[in-house]
Amino acid sequence: MDDSTAGRERPVIADAPGSRSWARAFGDLSAGWKQRALWGHLGWQDIKQRYRRSVLGPLWISISMGVIALGLGILYSLLFQTPIETFLPHVAVGLLIWNFISGCVLEGSEVFIANEGLIKFLPAPLSLHVYRLVWRQSLFFLHNLVIWAVLMIVFPHPLGWSLLLAFPAFALLAINGGWIAILSGILATRFRDIPPIIASVVQLVFYMTPIVWSVDILSDNPAVQERVRLVELNPVFHFLEILRRPLLGQETVWRYWYVVLAITVVGWAVGLVCMRNYRARVAYWV
Amino acid sequence: MNEPSIDLDGACVDFPIFDAKTRSLKKSVLGRAGGRIGTESKVPIIEALRDITLSLRKGDRVALVGHNGAGKTTILRLMAGIYEPTRGRAAVRGKVAPIFDLAVGMDPEISGLDNIVIRGLFLGMTRKQMEARIDDIAAFTELGDYLEMPLRTYSTGMRVRLALGVVTSIDPEILLLDEGIGAVDAEFLAKARGRLNELVERSGILVFASHSDEFLADLCDTAIWMEHGTIKEFGPLREVLHHYKGRDVLADRS
Repeated sequence: MDDSTAGRERPVIADAPGSRSWARAFGDLSAGWKQRALWGHLGWQDIKQRYRRSVLGPLWISISMGVIALGLGILYSLLFQTPIETFLPHVAVGLLIWNFISGCVLEGSEVFIANEGLIKFLPAPLSLHVYRLVWRQSLFFLHNLVIWAVLMIVFPHPLGWSLLLAFPAFALLAINGGWIAILSGILATRFRDIPPIIASVVQLVFYMTPIVWSVDILSDNPAVQERVRLVELNPVFHFLEILRRPLLGQETVWRYWYVVLAITVVGWAVGLVCMRNYRARVAYWV
Repeated sequence: MNEPSIDLDGACVDFPIFDAKTRSLKKSVLGRAGGRIGTESKVPIIEALRDITLSLRKGDRVALVGHNGAGKTTILRLMAGIYEPTRGRAAVRGKVAPIFDLAVGMDPEISGLDNIVIRGLFLGMTRKQMEARIDDIAAFTELGDYLEMPLRTYSTGMRVRLALGVVTSIDPEILLLDEGIGAVDAEFLAKARGRLNELVERSGILVFASHSDEFLADLCDTAIWMEHGTIKEFGPLREVLHHYKGRDVLADRS
């Protein structure tokens, strides 16, 4: 047989960055961002999908969330013997934010596995699936915000200008959702034991985070005063506080913001390294 | 504007085969603590493509032939940028439209019209461009009011019509076609072939994997014969097909 490339010029690939380069990693992120129309549409579609043919549609997101928040709020305010008008909003808003965080973490670990078909058949930036995930979770959160609005009407809180801090706070949460999904998504695609591990950790963290309990209540109790301060070691606590405080009109504690900013920087650094080294491997692993 | 091009230089695609054992964390964590246990710690590898060197330029119309498992689909995915070579380099310039599996990226719960838009977005079009093409696609598919219905109510043939309607309406620079254009009725296929020809005219580079000599002769002029993950022969379509099939299958056409 004749040589396959005889007579053809040798290919010139001088300027193409390699698979494991920063250029390709950032290129993926920006190419994914440019496809906003696509993941924006897909994210909406995901939500509509879940409630297709139901009469109330996406309103069910808010309703089911409201029922849980109401039930847990009442139960725990009775258990802790605290006034319901402050404790119910505390629990409900905590749950809303928790829902967003846990959604990003849990679905983040499945983000590439669940999109195997798309990854193998249609060339698209990997980050597309990550943007879609965070966008979908943001939409869920916005739906759930209705509960917060209702609570603020029923139990008026002194909301001030600090409410505006909710915007950068939520933006930070969403930005962190990105690196979490990239990191856990890539790891979980390679090691299929990761998703169950993450699932059980998330469940544990729910109880470790002051959502159905409150730091203030326990701080009044001398028996556990010292141990309660350990909650500062829980990163989710800081994320929760930067958003919950403005939403409930509580005073701003900048310490939480500093911690979150530090986690954002470190998290994205790790996420980007992972993206640089293993981005091209995901298609082989799924 | 850059000309579309595909350059592969010694590109290899190796698939690691993780079984339940190697894929789990237990293996790598415990393996590290306990030292290497024979060859078990190694992940077996399948070399799907070996040392592929190839250079395609604007105007190239290439047929991919070879037996099942020869690496036709893998090389198409390599050209599409889905797989990046594990060794060697690959550089693909231009807007790639891969048409591998007509069903992927189609959502059965949403209407045909929505699917047209999403599919187009996946193929690199903008929403505006797709909306401008919807009437054209609707006319081509002959689905009429069915386009308002969710995709799950469609028959297989109707889905293929829809998918073909979308892909033949776009303007790709590099068109990668994998076989799988099956369940359509003959009359429609004749129509699709016309549109496919137009699409190929519009696109800069075509790579088409198929077992249908007739189809290949229609669309391509050169051919690559893949065997065991390597390029066995690259040359004019008729010659390569002659060697591959052992007889001059296109003799009666010219």
